[in-house]
Amino acid sequence: MSASRSITLPYADRFAEIETSLPGGGAGWLSTLRRESISRFNETGLPSPKVEAWKYTNLNALAQLDLRPAGAEHAGMSVAVTEVPRIDGAHRLVFVNGRFRSDLSGIEGLPPGVELTTFAAAADSRADFLQAHLGQVAQTNGHAVVNLNTAFMGDGYVLTVPEGVEIEAPVHVVSAFVPGTDGAALAYHPRNLVVAGPGSRVTIIETHLSLVSDSPYWANPVGEISIGRDAEVRHIKIQEESLAASHLAFTRAHIEAGGHFDSFVMTVGAQLSRNEIQVILDGENGTCRLNGVYLLRGRQHADTTTWIDHAKPHCDSDEVYKGVLDDRAHGVFQGKITVRRDAQKTNGNQLNRTVLLSEKAEIDTKPELEIYADDVKCSHGATAGELDENSMFYMRSRGIPQKEARTLLIRSFVEETLEEVAQAEARTYMERKLETWLQKLHREGDAQ
Amino acid sequence: MPPVTETIDHVRSVTEQKYKYGFVTDIETDTVPKGLNEGIVRFISAKKGEPEWMLEWRLRAFRLWQTLEEPSWAKIGYPEIDYQDAYYYSAPKQASDRPQSLDEVDPKLLETYEKLGIPLREQEVLAGVAVDAVFDSVSVATTFKGKLEEQGIIFCSMSEAIREHPELVRKYLGSVVPYSDNYFATLNSAVFTDGSFVYVPKGVRCPMELSTYFRINAAQTGQFERTLIIAEPGSYVSYLEGCTAPMRDENQLHAAVVELIAMDDAEIKYSTVQNWYPGDEDGKGGIYNFVTKRGACRGRNSKISWTQVETGSAVTWKYPSCILQGDNSVGEFYSIAITNNFQQADTGTKMIHIGKNTRSTIVSKGISAGRSDNTYRGLVRVQPKAENARNYTQCDSLLVGDQCGAHTVPYVECRNRTGKIEHEATTSRISDDQLFYCTQRGMSAEEAVSLIVNGFCREVLQELPMEFAVEAQKLVGISLEGSVG
Repeated sequence: MSASRSITLPYADRFAEIETSLPGGGAGWLSTLRRESISRFNETGLPSPKVEAWKYTNLNALAQLDLRPAGAEHAGMSVAVTEVPRIDGAHRLVFVNGRFRSDLSGIEGLPPGVELTTFAAAADSRADFLQAHLGQVAQTNGHAVVNLNTAFMGDGYVLTVPEGVEIEAPVHVVSAFVPGTDGAALAYHPRNLVVAGPGSRVTIIETHLSLVSDSPYWANPVGEISIGRDAEVRHIKIQEESLAASHLAFTRAHIEAGGHFDSFVMTVGAQLSRNEIQVILDGENGTCRLNGVYLLRGRQHADTTTWIDHAKPHCDSDEVYKGVLDDRAHGVFQGKITVRRDAQKTNGNQLNRTVLLSEKAEIDTKPELEIYADDVKCSHGATAGELDENSMFYMRSRGIPQKEARTLLIRSFVEETLEEVAQAEARTYMERKLETWLQKLHREGDAQ
Repeated sequence: MPPVTETIDHVRSVTEQKYKYGFVTDIETDTVPKGLNEGIVRFISAKKGEPEWMLEWRLRAFRLWQTLEEPSWAKIGYPEIDYQDAYYYSAPKQASDRPQSLDEVDPKLLETYEKLGIPLREQEVLAGVAVDAVFDSVSVATTFKGKLEEQGIIFCSMSEAIREHPELVRKYLGSVVPYSDNYFATLNSAVFTDGSFVYVPKGVRCPMELSTYFRINAAQTGQFERTLIIAEPGSYVSYLEGCTAPMRDENQLHAAVVELIAMDDAEIKYSTVQNWYPGDEDGKGGIYNFVTKRGACRGRNSKISWTQVETGSAVTWKYPSCILQGDNSVGEFYSIAITNNFQQADTGTKMIHIGKNTRSTIVSKGISAGRSDNTYRGLVRVQPKAENARNYTQCDSLLVGDQCGAHTVPYVECRNRTGKIEHEATTSRISDDQLFYCTQRGMSAEEAVSLIVNGFCREVLQELPMEFAVEAQKLVGISLEGSVG
């Protein structure tokens, strides 16, 4: 009866063969870290749905892909600058198959003291810095997917913002997939690191996409964000990978007193995706907002897993995730709020709302509160179901056709959350994604 | 001194109050040696004069149980249970010679009930409640039986039902909670000693609330109750279950199974007040309460309603559930769980929507004080064929003191777009404003807290039947005295 708690990932065996080609070159502290991580991973394998945190997301199909680690030879594919999405005025870093492409990137006019480099470059030129910060925020030895990333991490962005500095233009990071000539299913493990000094401010926009639609691949980014006293980091992520892709992302933010973390995630892509965010409010008066939308169709599976850990008093957190599911799509929301014993005067609010458009769509939601302090105000709410029939009736009675009424209702449902995004260009970009999604729905929609 | 500080002081003083119902009645018991093996299972079955099929069923359960692992997913911690270090059978002496009326009942037993505040005679006259009083595992007194028989209602102990109505028991026992269901239910299936059996025939509305008081008495005797309630089409029954237990140092294991079956247009209302010994203020002793309760709404328009007030036990592991199979069927779960000192409660419900137009309501109020942990864990699942299913869930937690924990772990699984699911949860404490408002109008801090918490629980308390409401409010009051105000 007792099914296994782990899934074997044959891909992990490739670690030995490519170890020396990874940044850090198979020697030194970085190499030790990688080896420790792979051996931890090998102890557990990938988690099966028997593991509570992965109850609704099955990685079996992913493990069965014949995955190859993306190497330097996969980075040089021919890509035109025009193919890569652009946020006007932003500093731009483009990664192809997990490796940095300077020819597609453009960083200009960063304020003095700001360091924006790649993980591979930092492994050489800023090894001490990297050693000091890597794994400090994401100390999640028990997390198999993070362990795998740490073993294989190939490239990524490393951003340091010194005390009191504000980077006005957003930093736009594009992670694009282009299939290699050998047609292998590639896997890449970007590792991103942000260290925002006291009082600093920065906005980061990540776009994850594929420039070709039908090749399977696996993107497994891990991000660590360290937010100093009174610093503010806004992190916007648009996940529009191809429908053949698997995308498992893990981000962890550490917030010091008075710091603020603002995260927005739009999920429209990938066959299988999980976006996991952990936030620890580790100083008084810290705040965080986690918002997001997921628009899924076909047989897409998207898992949103968040954990907000209130470790110190007087912190506020706010979380709203909304989803629209069509066809046979499967949405998962697991949101946990922990309030530790000392974290008095905590406010924590969480909401998950999902609209189901088709008979075969499914949503599994698990909003969880774990509270050890008494002077707190925490709440969570979850709703699932069809579009509100009263609103629908209201519009129909005014002569709006069913399909249009439906589109309008969905747009307003999603837009309400999108409006929370302060960065105008990113918001416009996401609104366009929403429109594209709605148009497809409208075209295909046989409104009963 | 501000009211809050006073409150906390008061909490401390009353928390140390001794368990009000802690006393031991000394009655000779007919006990088998400690330990669990096939021999014990056979002994229990033989002792009860059970038919072969019943023994077979028990043995199947026992053999399976030996291969199972104790579940560890709940947010509770307790020392490892040594299943070989407990007694699995004990019965009052007169087991073979059962009393026909109250007069024949051991006066010492009656005295015990009086101490508990349930004088049978008075109840018989005043409340009109038929009491199937379980004193350690075997029913010793059943009242109002005649009156019920007139209507064709069967209300008896499980052992009697196995002897007298084997066809009904065989048909329904294990049909909602199969013997393979989970570790504790499997254990129960192997060694259950007694419990209640209720059968309400077609179209009959049970004229009175049926009630059983459970009571653990002999030291180190695990109680394994098995309750089965069948409501035929168009019938109605309200069942009350309540328990108090004497003070003990050793942990006592309790693994009950309750199965409810409601046919077309039938309704079962099941109310529980659970006030077993919670352990002392250092967390020593107390009952381990691992209960599997499940109701099946088999018929159209059927309804099952669970109401529980959980204030006792050191460890509570309990998820009264509804399987809403029949179209238009309704499931309800109203719960108050109060934990204090080192108590741990992991409780909630499962609502499985299978039929069309099924509805469920969950209202859970958790109050934690002292160093206790109180967890709501629930599942709402809408199956693909459950058109127009509707669920509303509200779970609120109240924390008293900064050493306790309140947790909410709801699972919502929706596989039908016409389903409509709403879940809300809040966690808070009694606000200073509320307290100030009350005390400013002349109430003592204690009264104020009691009032506020009663208000907090009101939605659940008002679901209790009259017979229980008084006791429940008293219980909440006592628990509050000891924990909140």
